Amino acid sequence: MSIMNLTILGMFIFSVGSIGVIARSNIFVIYMSLELMLNGLSLILVAFSTYNHSFDGQILTLFVIALAAAEAALFLTVIVLLFRTKRSLDSNIFTSLKKG
Amino acid sequence: MLPLIGGLSITALYLYSLKTKLLPDTLYGWIGSLAPVLSFCAFVVAYFKLQENDGYFQEHLFTWVHILDLNIAFSLSADNLSIFMGFFITFVGSLIHIYASVYMKKDEAYGKFFAFFNLFLASMLLLVFADNLMILFLGWEGVGLFSYFLVAFYYRSKENVDAGNKAMIANRIGDLGFLLGIVVLFSQVGAGGLDFKSLSESVDSIPHYILVLSGILFFVGAMGKSAQIPLYVWLPDAMAGPTPVSALIHAATMVTAGVYMVAKLSFLYNEVPDVGVFIAYIGAFGALLAAVMATKAQDIKKILAYSTMSQLGYMFIGVGLGMYSAGMFHVLTHSFFKALLFMSAGAILLMLHHKQNIFDIAKHQKHTPALKYIFLIGVLAISGIPPLSGFISKDAIIVGSFAQEQYLIYAIALFTAFLTAFYMFRIYFVVFVAPYNAAKESNSSLQEYKTPWLIIAPLCILAFGSIFVGFINTHFLGTHFVDNWLSYLNIREGEISAFTESILVITSIVVALLGVAFAYVKYASWDINKKEDDSCIIGNRFYVDELYHIAFVTTYKNASVFISNYVEKWIDNVIMFIPNVLNYIASPSSKVLHNANVRAYGAFIMIAICAIFAYIYIKLFGVLS
Repeated sequence: MSIMNLTILGMFIFSVGSIGVIARSNIFVIYMSLELMLNGLSLILVAFSTYNHSFDGQILTLFVIALAAAEAALFLTVIVLLFRTKRSLDSNIFTSLKKG
Repeated sequence: MLPLIGGLSITALYLYSLKTKLLPDTLYGWIGSLAPVLSFCAFVVAYFKLQENDGYFQEHLFTWVHILDLNIAFSLSADNLSIFMGFFITFVGSLIHIYASVYMKKDEAYGKFFAFFNLFLASMLLLVFADNLMILFLGWEGVGLFSYFLVAFYYRSKENVDAGNKAMIANRIGDLGFLLGIVVLFSQVGAGGLDFKSLSESVDSIPHYILVLSGILFFVGAMGKSAQIPLYVWLPDAMAGPTPVSALIHAATMVTAGVYMVAKLSFLYNEVPDVGVFIAYIGAFGALLAAVMATKAQDIKKILAYSTMSQLGYMFIGVGLGMYSAGMFHVLTHSFFKALLFMSAGAILLMLHHKQNIFDIAKHQKHTPALKYIFLIGVLAISGIPPLSGFISKDAIIVGSFAQEQYLIYAIALFTAFLTAFYMFRIYFVVFVAPYNAAKESNSSLQEYKTPWLIIAPLCILAFGSIFVGFINTHFLGTHFVDNWLSYLNIREGEISAFTESILVITSIVVALLGVAFAYVKYASWDINKKEDDSCIIGNRFYVDELYHIAFVTTYKNASVFISNYVEKWIDNVIMFIPNVLNYIASPSSKVLHNANVRAYGAFIMIAICAIFAYIYIKLFGVLS
């Protein structure tokens, strides 16, 4: 598999994720889209590091994955708390920073 | 290598049993019991193969991790020690599987039980046959995980789940120590040097303080897994699991993993004898503490759990003082008689619908005549009455500690032997001997219950083993088989004259008999209708559990409450201060952009990033090309 294909795949995953973040209103879907964006970038990182015969990118990706795991725990807790306060998973109604 | 096939077939079985939820339960029982039996057969073959290959062979399976010069091989190896260990794990394991296939009958999660059971055995074998520390750690973790599943098997009751959590958490602390030990060694020898053979060769070149540090850290791991002070609290609670689990995990295999690990790393501990003495002292005090607690406990399985912990203390005295063959021999005999005790206790419980208090069981003594004698054999063996197996192995350790001039350990071990005889015969006398007038109770349903032969047969084999397995290490069969087989591990043999030795042996026999006598005087004519008062400090386990609860659980909870009540409020106020100020000074028209909608913000960020990149692109390459 060539570096170009991998990069395009990574970009595609990233785009899907970013569109998901913007277009969907369910918090869970937003979260999953965030993970997609992260993974798309990781894929590109690994592809380039393999291309350069270096392990830096792969090690960095391992850290990203570890970070994503920690973030998942945090995010799920936040979702539970959000649901408790508003009884809903729609991101449009969490607007407590807005005036009035 | 053949033991691997056993392990793999068990793992394959697990996937199989997951897919085939529709199959009848008996099939699980058959497959589940067949797997350990097969791997036991594989062991017999492996034993002969080992003879050909000069006592060591290795099987490289695949490379697990390969990054630059970091290279961790997934390979198995066998030497005398692991064959010895694997032999009785599969043997006792097979018997327990057969027993469990009857014991767990009518349980709704029959297949799940056997899947966990087999996987547990597979990780145990992985641990035993690991070629390097990483693989050993893998098996170590697997064993901990499946023991958690099995302890919390009856997940509907909160107590059982709590017991499982407790086991998991206590083990986790130990595992951290183990992992740190690996890291410390890794920093010295690199990844290539983590397999046992090259580690034992390079052990001379490692600085002394590193060895001390890693030795202690590894022992912290063993503390968790083998239930030593201060991480022992999980073991009595772990009795919440089904009885075959208690027999397999908490008697025969998992808790001895720590002892095995110390013996496997004997080359390391030989360099630092002080750590070994430390281990022996921890073992001795653990043995004493557990024995004292066992004298007041009333739950039959808990008493057995305490006795397990106490016997583990003996094993650690053995391996800590460099008498590896004696320690491992006690592991062997202990697995026989403790599995026997647990399984016969389980058979009684099965009959009596899981009443675990010995004073309750005693009310049904008339219905358990056959089990009486089987249980008696186990009790005799663990109490160290000659010529049963427990006597031979335990005495080797006690005499050995005297020979090495560790008199304090010797005294503690001797006193613990007295207590062991006392509390084991306490069960026996209360349950089977104490007079009880059963006329009032109507037990017609119980009388019809017959113990199935598949439960009795493994018990008989184990009882036979408990009596005779000790002889393989005596003069009666011509050789000290175990001593010779594991002799390459031993470093320190204390020298004592035959006269002193015989005096010591007679002392331990007298002490054991004294324990029996005390138990007889106190409990043989005990009135079963009144239970023993267990509200004293011993009955409450010295309040150690409460202490841990206050020290860790409550403190943590209080800290969390404090943070959520004060710190978080404060942070909230600071953070909300900024938008409040902005809200105050902002013009209404900015509401179009700052609409408090997360997704809109996300879109703005994306647009901005695109704009920045477009700008850079144009600046670099011009508009068109």
